Amino acid sequence: MTAVATPWFFYALAGLAVISGVLVITLRNAVHAALALIVTLLAVAGLYLMLYAPFVAGVQIIVYAGGIMVLFLFVIMLVNIERASKERRFNRIWPVGLVAACTLLGLFVSAFVKGKELLRDRGMPLPESSNTQQIASMLYGEAGKMGQYTFAFEIASLLLLVAILGAVIMTKKKI
Amino acid sequence: MLTAFMSYLGSTMTPGEAGNQLWALIYVLIIFAGVSVAVICMNWIERKALAHFQVRLGPMRVGPHGLLQPIADALKLMLKEDIIPAEADQYVFWFAPMIGLLAAFTVYTVIPFGPSQAVSDMNIGILFMLGVSSLGVLGIVVAGWASNSHYPLIGALRSSAQMVSYEVAMGLAVVAAILMTSMNASGTGTLSMIGIVQAQHEQGVWFIFKFFPLGLIAFAVFAIAMVAETNRAPFDLAEAESELTAGFHTEYSGLRWSLFMLAEYAAMIAVSSIAVTLWLGGWMRPFPNLLHAAAWDFIFSLFPALTFGGLAAIAFIGTARMPVQSFFKIQRIGLAVFAALLGFIALLLLVIAIAGRSADTSIAARFNEGIGYVYWFVLKVAVFMYLFIWYRATWPRYRFDQLMKVGWKVMLPISLGVLMLTAIVGVIFS
Repeated sequence: MTAVATPWFFYALAGLAVISGVLVITLRNAVHAALALIVTLLAVAGLYLMLYAPFVAGVQIIVYAGGIMVLFLFVIMLVNIERASKERRFNRIWPVGLVAACTLLGLFVSAFVKGKELLRDRGMPLPESSNTQQIASMLYGEAGKMGQYTFAFEIASLLLLVAILGAVIMTKKKI
Repeated sequence: MLTAFMSYLGSTMTPGEAGNQLWALIYVLIIFAGVSVAVICMNWIERKALAHFQVRLGPMRVGPHGLLQPIADALKLMLKEDIIPAEADQYVFWFAPMIGLLAAFTVYTVIPFGPSQAVSDMNIGILFMLGVSSLGVLGIVVAGWASNSHYPLIGALRSSAQMVSYEVAMGLAVVAAILMTSMNASGTGTLSMIGIVQAQHEQGVWFIFKFFPLGLIAFAVFAIAMVAETNRAPFDLAEAESELTAGFHTEYSGLRWSLFMLAEYAAMIAVSSIAVTLWLGGWMRPFPNLLHAAAWDFIFSLFPALTFGGLAAIAFIGTARMPVQSFFKIQRIGLAVFAALLGFIALLLLVIAIAGRSADTSIAARFNEGIGYVYWFVLKVAVFMYLFIWYRATWPRYRFDQLMKVGWKVMLPISLGVLMLTAIVGVIFS
């Protein structure tokens, strides 16, 4: 099988993600910004596919692009766009944001320059055909023995459940 | 050139698996054309069937029995003015129908019409299908918002709330079916669309009948949720004409409106194919394990030819029954030609079935097999398409609170219960 995952695809997807990411914060209209965010999320899903992680890409599309963004749009539509677009978009804590962004940039640059020493070499990525099965056996374990991340996974799902219950209780005073 | 072409026909891999881009492109074009034609046919059948349900005749003027009506409609829609309201958000308004169309057609890359009759077999096939088909709602939501008008906005809001609610039940029902794929010796399931059908073949049962009635209930939940997901009656609140004029596409006209229709019907075919793949054995003919002798293979390979023969016979009877009047002369000739065309296709299929009978490595045999797979798949999907029309003719529209109640308080608990029971029963029996 010939690889379709050429560098050209990577640069196209990465460029798309970055450009639409910038558009998310610069566009004045909230719905346009949400649409740009969807493009970013889809481009990132494409990048996951290029990393031979189809499951993560699929979940990214279902959860973020399909589920969360629809709810985002649902809420944004109820906002008065006319008034919202005239409001000031950057508040006074922007220097804090700048510092955070610079720190992140420094992290990226250092990872790019000497990533080989900083990050452990995990070996070859898993082949695409067994990637999803590998995730499953890491999360749930196989044949009676616990998986590598079973405990963390269960705790995370418990946390999510608590968050869901909290959201329900906060919005619905009388249950 | 010729050898390359013959090797395509004789291949037992999907183009995606073989890594052949040209061949994949040909498949994509064939599917695109096929789906578009199917949508046109569906349009005619829907109008005719609805009319007969309501004791009317339906389209009768354009062509014999209105057969050319969809083509006339398509031409009319293309020629109509494409109006963009002055207050609308121009670019988003312009782009919204494309989102729905893109989402609806992208899913066809993983639909398996046969073990090698698919564009590609993704490892995450079913996840990809659910994910991309759920993007279709974005087109509706954005269209409703961009119109900058009250009815479309309410339609869009309804649609997004409805889709998000029913997606949950739908996803859980799908997980119950995927769980069944892992009930084999190795205990490994699969998300690949082709793998799911092969699992049904190995286990010797369509998943709708597995762990009776668990498979059936999961299927029923999916079958209801998919109607809601495609915004069809009785769940068509997003375009409820009695309350919202035309819902989210009120402001749309001409070609852009027809793109919405195309996307809706393409999405209907896509979700029906998911249901067929997951629960009804996909491309498999009835009883592939029980009646597997060569004679049975031959008998079942005659079915495509018989179907087209039957259609040709119906068309011939229609020709004979047409009133003998000069006014109907052209229509009569047209219907006769149509019948002859159907008969010719039937004859061709018969020849292929007989030629492909003996040897099992020849191109004819492969071709015959392929026709069989596609035929059974399309037949199963067609049943669902007819059900969509039947629902629309039979049931009144739900009220919105009823819709939400059914989604969250009935469908979700049922699908969750089915999922748990399937897991428990699966552990006990394997």
